[in-house]
Amino acid sequence: MSILRPKRFKHLGRSLSLGWFLAYRQVRRSSPFTTGLIVFVMTLTFLNLVVVRGVLVGLIQGSTDVYKKYYAGDIIISSLPKKDYIENSSNIVNIVAGLPWTESYSPRYIQGGSVEAEYKIKLRQTDSPNSAGGLVEGIDPVKEDQTTHLSNKVVEGSYLTSSDSDSILIGANMLKKYTNVDVPGLTLLERVNIGDRVRVTVGDTVREMTVKGFIQTKTDVDQRIVMLDSTMRNLIGRGDYNVDEIAVKLKPKTDVFLVKNALLQSGVGNTARVQTADEALPSFLIDIKNTFGLLGNVVGSIGLVVASITIFIVIFINAITRRKYIGILKGIGINSTAIEFAYVLQSVFYALLGIMFGMLILYGFLVPFVTAHPIKFPFSDGILVAELSSTLIRAGLLMIATLIAGYIPARIVVKQNTLDAILGRN
Amino acid sequence: MIEARNITKRFESGDSVLLALNDVSFKVESGEFVAITGRSGSGKSTLMYQLGLLDHPSSGEIYIDGEKVTEMETDELTKIRLNSLGYVFQDYALIPELTALENVLIPLLMQGLSQEAAKEKAVASLSRIGLADRTDHLPSQLSGGQQQRVSIARAVAHNPKIIFADEPTANLDSESSALVLKNFLELNKEGQTILMVTHEPEYAKMAHRVITLADGKILSDIRNR
Ligand SMILES: Nc1ncnc2c1ncn2[C@@H]1O[C@H](COP(=O)(O)OP(=O)(O)OP(=O)(O)O)[C@@H](O)[C@H]1O
Ligand SMILES: [Mg+2]
Repeated sequence: MSILRPKRFKHLGRSLSLGWFLAYRQVRRSSPFTTGLIVFVMTLTFLNLVVVRGVLVGLIQGSTDVYKKYYAGDIIISSLPKKDYIENSSNIVNIVAGLPWTESYSPRYIQGGSVEAEYKIKLRQTDSPNSAGGLVEGIDPVKEDQTTHLSNKVVEGSYLTSSDSDSILIGANMLKKYTNVDVPGLTLLERVNIGDRVRVTVGDTVREMTVKGFIQTKTDVDQRIVMLDSTMRNLIGRGDYNVDEIAVKLKPKTDVFLVKNALLQSGVGNTARVQTADEALPSFLIDIKNTFGLLGNVVGSIGLVVASITIFIVIFINAITRRKYIGILKGIGINSTAIEFAYVLQSVFYALLGIMFGMLILYGFLVPFVTAHPIKFPFSDGILVAELSSTLIRAGLLMIATLIAGYIPARIVVKQNTLDAILGRN
Repeated sequence: MIEARNITKRFESGDSVLLALNDVSFKVESGEFVAITGRSGSGKSTLMYQLGLLDHPSSGEIYIDGEKVTEMETDELTKIRLNSLGYVFQDYALIPELTALENVLIPLLMQGLSQEAAKEKAVASLSRIGLADRTDHLPSQLSGGQQQRVSIARAVAHNPKIIFADEPTANLDSESSALVLKNFLELNKEGQTILMVTHEPEYAKMAHRVITLADGKILSDIRNR
């Protein structure tokens, strides 16, 4: 058998196993402090590679997640571009309700409107009103809650019940106290409390209603005034039950496109626009997501370069200080491949440990922690996005960078003149 | 066995040229124990490096078992050093993070011996020079004399055709020196060819033959006895 094996491979095998022999002993007998320090640097580099991008992408992911969770569900059906509402809504609602994949759905009436507080103490007609504009939304509170868990997002007061025909919920972005940015020209409601009577205007209709709660979802819903669908129908005089949008939540693990196609095939597309939540995402979010992803990759690449340089320096110093011994090894007949391999193995060892600790910290602590305590941003609750596949790709990149960064300095030192190395001459 | 033919080693720095070796020719037969002496700067170490294939002579040729080794590729020279030559350096030249046994093991492993076979040979080599009970010590845990003997064990473990030793006793006290020399004599008695540089006339006398260098030339080549 061994006769068939080319001699060169036999030699390579020997060199590699001797390289392993040397690397193993060199690492085992090196100072634990130095080893720890290098592994620490590798760990940080790995985290830098994964976490920076993960946080940047996660910021947007967080906002698209809440968009799905508290606004769109999995599929959102809305009116065709030139129509005021979805024609034949009841028919569509029936189709949606009849689909085997539907878990819940929430039809919504939507119309532009505004809300005004303190209108009773306004003295003159010319005094500027304490009011804010937005969309008025009429919902079935039970269906809405099944679909988007809106009741979880009531930050003050309480959620609507089916008998609250005189009450509204106000979105946080219409309230001064929940909005810390001053947008010129945009007026916000001030000094409104739960239980206050306010004036709601929808189209031409004005009606006095009670504030029952404030909601904050970090989605478009925060710019809305929410009331019962029955009240809304009265206000806008829509007796035909035609709604403006329907959010559909599917059973877990359902293929959204399958459902979208099923809806289109049953003719829903003729009177309404059917989009998956991802398709319906505001395009700026997608743009930011891509930009942040790119930015994360840039930062990560810099991290990769830093890691490579670190390894390069570590191995270079290690090899240079051991130049004499490298010379002796060569002198007694150990070939360059074995010696170089010993150094490459050492850098691989550092990188592997770094990646291992990095993974532990990432999946054992950071991801669960950030998921439990999202990073609060005005437009989203940022999470840490670290899919295993992309993490592994980055680990692989770090590995390759390390291999090269370990090999080059070893090669440089091993290539030096043997006698000069042994004698310490230059 | 090993033959130097008209070896010259020239060092040039600026305009000045120094002939560290000047047309040196001699032949060492298998089983010989040759001592090389001479004043400091006479070219002893330079000669050892050329014969030991650690350096290239400026001109002249070296033959090992009739085969011309000058002008061979680096890889081939490395292989010859591994399989046919053994070195004992003045400062022992052990790898610090390897134990005595491991230091002796590496050339054997490089030769392709299995772990067990290599270990057996290495232990035998260490035992032969009286270090059987020090196999698992690191060089830093050994005395200078012990380190030098590990170095000898490493040099002979793979049965080289010839051992080069450049002032192997220079860093040792007289007692350790005597022990090292005793090891050499025993190895030689078993047939090992040895080429040793020494300053000690007393040690030179123990060799079969003493070559004295002066200014890069052979001043005398005397057989003892
Ligand atoms: N790399 C070098 N560059 C220039 N000159 C050198 C070099 N190596 C050796 N020489 C010179 O060659 C001559 C012979 O040196 P060598 O080291 O062989 O002497 P030596 O006999 O071993 O001396 P010692 O007993 O002190 O070890 C000396 O004059 C030395 O200065
Ligand atoms: Mg010398």
